[in-house]
Amino acid sequence: MADLSINFAGIKAPNPFWLASAPPTNSGYQVMKAFDAGWGGAVWKTLGVPVVNVSSRYAAVSYGGKRMAGLNNIELITDRPLADNLREIEEVKKRFPDHAVIASLMVETREQWHQIVRDAENAGADGLELNFGCPHGMCERGMGSAVGQEPEVLKTIVGWVMEVAKTPVIVKLTPNITDITVPAIAAQEGGADAISMINTIQSLIGVDLDNLVPYPNVDGKSTNGGYCGPAVKPIALNMVKNCAQIPNYKLPISGIGGIENWKDAAEHILLGAQSVQVCTAVMHYGFGIIRDLKSGLSRYMDEKGFATIDDMVGQALPNTKTWEHLNLKYKVVASIDEDKCIGCQLCYTACEDGAHQAIGLSGEGDYRIPHIIDENCVGCNLCSLVCPVEECITMERRDDGTEHLTWKERSDNNNIPTTFNDELAGGRGHWIPKPEDALKTGHYDKFK
Amino acid sequence: MSEYGKPTTEKEFDSNFEQIKPVMNATEAHYESSRCLYCFDAPCVTACPTGIDIPQFIRQINTQNISGSAKTIYDSNWLGNACGKVCPTEVLCEGACVYNHQDVKPIEIGRLQNFATDAVIERKEQLYTLAPKIGKKIAIIGAGPAGIACACELSLMGYDVEIFEAKEKPSGLTVYGVAPYKILNEEVLKEMEYLQDQFGYTVHYNQPIKGMEDLSRLEREFDAVFLGIGLGETRSIRIEGETLENCVGATEFIEELKMDHLNTPVGKRVIVIGGGNTAMDAASESARMGAEHVILAYRRGKDEMGAYEFEYDLAKAVGVKGVFNIQPVEILGNGKVEGVRFIRTKVENGKVVNVPGSEFTEACDMVVRATGQAKQETFLDQIDGLELEWGKIIVNEHFQTTNPKYFAGGDAVNGGAEVVNAAAHGKVAAKGINAYLSGS
Repeated sequence: MADLSINFAGIKAPNPFWLASAPPTNSGYQVMKAFDAGWGGAVWKTLGVPVVNVSSRYAAVSYGGKRMAGLNNIELITDRPLADNLREIEEVKKRFPDHAVIASLMVETREQWHQIVRDAENAGADGLELNFGCPHGMCERGMGSAVGQEPEVLKTIVGWVMEVAKTPVIVKLTPNITDITVPAIAAQEGGADAISMINTIQSLIGVDLDNLVPYPNVDGKSTNGGYCGPAVKPIALNMVKNCAQIPNYKLPISGIGGIENWKDAAEHILLGAQSVQVCTAVMHYGFGIIRDLKSGLSRYMDEKGFATIDDMVGQALPNTKTWEHLNLKYKVVASIDEDKCIGCQLCYTACEDGAHQAIGLSGEGDYRIPHIIDENCVGCNLCSLVCPVEECITMERRDDGTEHLTWKERSDNNNIPTTFNDELAGGRGHWIPKPEDALKTGHYDKFK
Repeated sequence: MSEYGKPTTEKEFDSNFEQIKPVMNATEAHYESSRCLYCFDAPCVTACPTGIDIPQFIRQINTQNISGSAKTIYDSNWLGNACGKVCPTEVLCEGACVYNHQDVKPIEIGRLQNFATDAVIERKEQLYTLAPKIGKKIAIIGAGPAGIACACELSLMGYDVEIFEAKEKPSGLTVYGVAPYKILNEEVLKEMEYLQDQFGYTVHYNQPIKGMEDLSRLEREFDAVFLGIGLGETRSIRIEGETLENCVGATEFIEELKMDHLNTPVGKRVIVIGGGNTAMDAASESARMGAEHVILAYRRGKDEMGAYEFEYDLAKAVGVKGVFNIQPVEILGNGKVEGVRFIRTKVENGKVVNVPGSEFTEACDMVVRATGQAKQETFLDQIDGLELEWGKIIVNEHFQTTNPKYFAGGDAVNGGAEVVNAAAHGKVAAKGINAYLSGS
């Protein structure tokens, strides 16, 4: 059995699954319930000068019959008095001494930072997370993502915290920035012990088409919020990877963003996260999902021979390169398994209208199984992505694996296209139908 | 055997004839529409006799464009609502759904179709703007699916349309013949009302077109005539005892039941003769009306029945017992039906042959002859130059008959098929009439 326990920048936890600072960690009641269910840690809903929240706070993107593919919120930090939160942190720590309780903090002045750091640590917090990420409401007041977007300010505030902090300090970064590595480096320079990412992405979920008010509706008006949930995972993974690949970077990363099941968590870890934080999935399904998270990750680690989380951290990073280092000689071509094909022809229309016209139809009677036109196939994967049948369309390797040539190497050898009509254009020689032939397909005549 | 008591109230009737395709609610429609793959050149469309752009209307449901969805449906099929419920979707659109190849439940296209069209009917939403009147008049004989479809299409193009209907309600067999568990009469009639309100054609009820005199008048007063007359009464099987009391034709039995849910007499032991869909309906309906024993007697083997498999399954599910390779020799009784004398048969070179000495008697108190409807040759023979083949009206691809002023569609042309086939014919015929009258 794999060992799921972690020591994240000195914060110990029985497993890497922490609740992110958010509504599920608003109270001691929730955190105790979560620990009882099996969560390894919790980052408390951000403490600070209590706010006043609005009514109607969330809105979501539903997709393909699935609710909450993406969630947007305009809720602020805790609206409960600090003393209540501190008392409950103390109670939780007493009852669950081996679980990680991290206090998320957000205040303005140096004095306030000093005070709240001491208060949180005195209450028994195992660590601190500085909320430099909240992209709505608080940033208008010069906090949250306003700090995360100003590396110098971020560094200064981290410095203030480090003046008094005795427990590990995590800096939570905002994704609402061009290059996440800049604030990540600033956090290290300021003396922080770890970073976490991503906070929510500034967003506007949609507009109510009846009354022309964006969601969520607060008395006929709305505002931008922070986006999270399954939809943001790819953005989070890329940012985790970017930080994990900063040369000579020392700080451990807590991965946040779109983690709903063990596979999402495993991906964050393989790209460099040493702990993971979950919010939206709990807001959707409750604390019970921890069972799948733990059992799935544990089974996967056993299967792959990872004895500890540390063994697994960053294992996909060597396979994550910049584009110029990819092998231009690698060649795959789609292949359709005729036994599995159900004849929906989505691959055909996707390739025909959306890619490289490399799939053909027999055109004979009821026979609906498309075929790949090998010489036109650029190996883009699109057909295999739209295919509704598992493993019906696979990408088969066609090069013999002996050649390796990257853009970087070609570039170094002056073997890249440099003029507009260069002979070296990659698409030269690819078959493209004549524009006029489009009008002869008759594909859309039927319903004109 | 019967799990159904004889219904004594409309509520009991509705419970015995519980809808097999109940109308979806918005949540169900949302999730079901989400499953559609949006196939290219979708097989469901090809399988639909009216060629409804099914992936399109399902997508429109999914994007909450319900009016747009209903219009997509009606653009191809003027009986869009009824067809959602009464079509044998299992062998048409849903049978063609590619999910079947993956052992995944096909999309419930019929029920989605119903969901979208129900909404516009409920709101009485005017989906179409009629073309300006072109001052030409068309007579339609029969307000069945073919006639109604033809009337809608012609009205849309600006024709003045009058329908002459022998009975007192529109939609033909949709209201008079379709099994009650497939669609409610009020649902059928609501769509009829919706269409008439929208297209403004006239229907003359209880006005059968009988003979030469009526026909000559129509020919004089109208620019073209559409024959949507369907079929006649149940054919005789030409055996002794057919005229006994409680020996009824299936079409007539079902019609009576459809019009009078509680007072239609049904025996305790019913024998239904036939192997088509109407036989299945009559057998199912007898059982649901409280018959204790229902036997379905078919002269060939089970696999040779004309009925769809799912229709036989429906009958079996309510306790109907199929007996195959037997045919009636005589209906027994003294005034009233008391039994049927059968003889066993076998099929040799495709032909049914009696097995000598295999006769036996089965007691019953009701016989339903589901042996097909008669053609209306006697009436049709009065139309000048109108040619028939096996009693069916011969038409070209525009559904124009051999008398150019007459067009025809539906059961009178195909010998008896589905509502959807008739709806398709009516629409194509309307276009044919327009082409004929505008000389194009």
